[in-house]
Amino acid sequence: MTNDPAVRIRGLRKAYGDLVVLDGLDLDAHAGEVLALLGPNGAGKTTTVRILSTLVAPDSGSASVAGHDVVREAPAVRAAISLTGQYAAVDELLTGEENMRLMARLAHVPRAQVRDRAAALLEAFDLVDAARRPVRTYSGGMRRRLDLAVGLVGRPRVVFLDEPTTGLDPRSRGEVWDMVRTVVAAGATVLLTTQYLDEAERLADRVAVIDHGTVIAQGTTTELKRTIGTAHVELVLADGTTERVPTDGSVPDVRRILDDVERRDLLVAAWQVREPTLDDVFLTLTGRPTAPGAPALATAQETR
Amino acid sequence: MSTLALDLSPRDDAPARPRPGADTLALIGRCLRRSTRQVDTVILGIALPVLLLLMFVYVFGGAIEAGMEYVDFVVPGIVILTAGYGAASAAVDVANDRTNGIVDRFRSMPIRSTGVLTGHVVASLVRNAVATVLVLVIATFIGFDAVASPLAWAGAMGVVLLYVLAITWVSVALGLMASGAEAASGFTFAILFIPYVSSAFVPLETMPPVLETIGRWNPVTPVADVVRGLLLGTDVAASTVWAALAWSVGLLLVGWLAAAVIFRRKA
Repeated sequence: MTNDPAVRIRGLRKAYGDLVVLDGLDLDAHAGEVLALLGPNGAGKTTTVRILSTLVAPDSGSASVAGHDVVREAPAVRAAISLTGQYAAVDELLTGEENMRLMARLAHVPRAQVRDRAAALLEAFDLVDAARRPVRTYSGGMRRRLDLAVGLVGRPRVVFLDEPTTGLDPRSRGEVWDMVRTVVAAGATVLLTTQYLDEAERLADRVAVIDHGTVIAQGTTTELKRTIGTAHVELVLADGTTERVPTDGSVPDVRRILDDVERRDLLVAAWQVREPTLDDVFLTLTGRPTAPGAPALATAQETR
Repeated sequence: MSTLALDLSPRDDAPARPRPGADTLALIGRCLRRSTRQVDTVILGIALPVLLLLMFVYVFGGAIEAGMEYVDFVVPGIVILTAGYGAASAAVDVANDRTNGIVDRFRSMPIRSTGVLTGHVVASLVRNAVATVLVLVIATFIGFDAVASPLAWAGAMGVVLLYVLAITWVSVALGLMASGAEAASGFTFAILFIPYVSSAFVPLETMPPVLETIGRWNPVTPVADVVRGLLLGTDVAASTVWAALAWSVGLLLVGWLAAAVIFRRKA
């Protein structure tokens, strides 16, 4: 294997009519890493994944996956990837096992290995008991697990996960995260999109923040947080105004801030120490809250 | 924990080229399995034509003067109506696949993804074949008296098969155009009504002039006339045979091309 990036995107543009979705996106994912695309709805995350997985052609710019151009060498790209989209793309009427075997055959797993591979993945994803039941009867979490499992049946080099944990309960989220770590440990590259800062933080080696179709910041989560700013003490004053004071979160620092409040004779109605959220990322990076009209971004804990 | 060896390491020897034969077979297998799991589709595609046959023969039949035993007249019509039901469910299946994301998965895999449409079409043909045989067997029990030679039987079934293939592809194109499964089933409602204004169930001459004219131009009319003529051993004009074949081949080409174009653009 070479050290070529697993995903390489240069000047990618895509518009649907007047709506510019990607506006000159540049991005690399290194082989063997987890790269998270972080951004609000409409930022261009899904379109990026759809272009990388050969479903949509870009208007201009270039993208390659596993060393193959997504437009000119689409079949080679398809042989190297798997895509798990936002909806569980499995056959509702077939059983879990039948879905696994179908996708194994279509992924050109050697015939003799189809059965064993399907069985091993069903076991790894805790679906053995449900294997002979139609997917229609599965819970949301089971469906999602099957969806991810069938994506791995062909041993992809690059795995695209479009919002893999949206709508999952905390336990299922944890399972998805474990699986992603396992896949990466085996040598694959994972590119995932998410609206959750904590997901990016726990899972990703690097994060690219996307807004209006361009990357507005990228780096490790630690690097990003340094640009975003650290935690702060949020003071809601008696007159309804809010004051935010940066803090490193340590006891002496918080005590210093509260002492200061006392010295200034401020009437505080409520206060808390807040970690940076994706909203803060956007506020810091763009000088405005997340996309107008879009629901505010939040950490997973808040949306639960 | 895990007792089975699970290798997740990236595969280096993955063949990039589609294997159209094996891939399409796998997708046909998928749709045949689906057909056996959809109780409503099985009922619609198989039981309903049988019920309609019984209803036409025993409820309406006594009042219809067709110039021959009504059961003999109507069986070819029922066979063609059956084709409509089988094809309609293909439209709904295709619309479902497109909206629930599974088509995206197939299109991101190293296969020729139009195989997913072929799978639904072949499953529709098989469903129709089963329903047709059932209708013919029951028809024989209630007095359908086909005098056709084996060759004429083969000819009649060939004409039916071509017609089923044509309207199934048209349905698949409609299913791809539809915004979802419900819209698709609405579209195909039309297909199910087209046979009624044709020579499938009553002689055209008995209709008011406007409907008679529409019926003459209805593609179902020549197909029904040819199937009836072949099964009952009556004379069929060469022009009727050509009309039946031209309509079927024409609809097949239009449906197939439209499906291919829409699939590439929209799916």
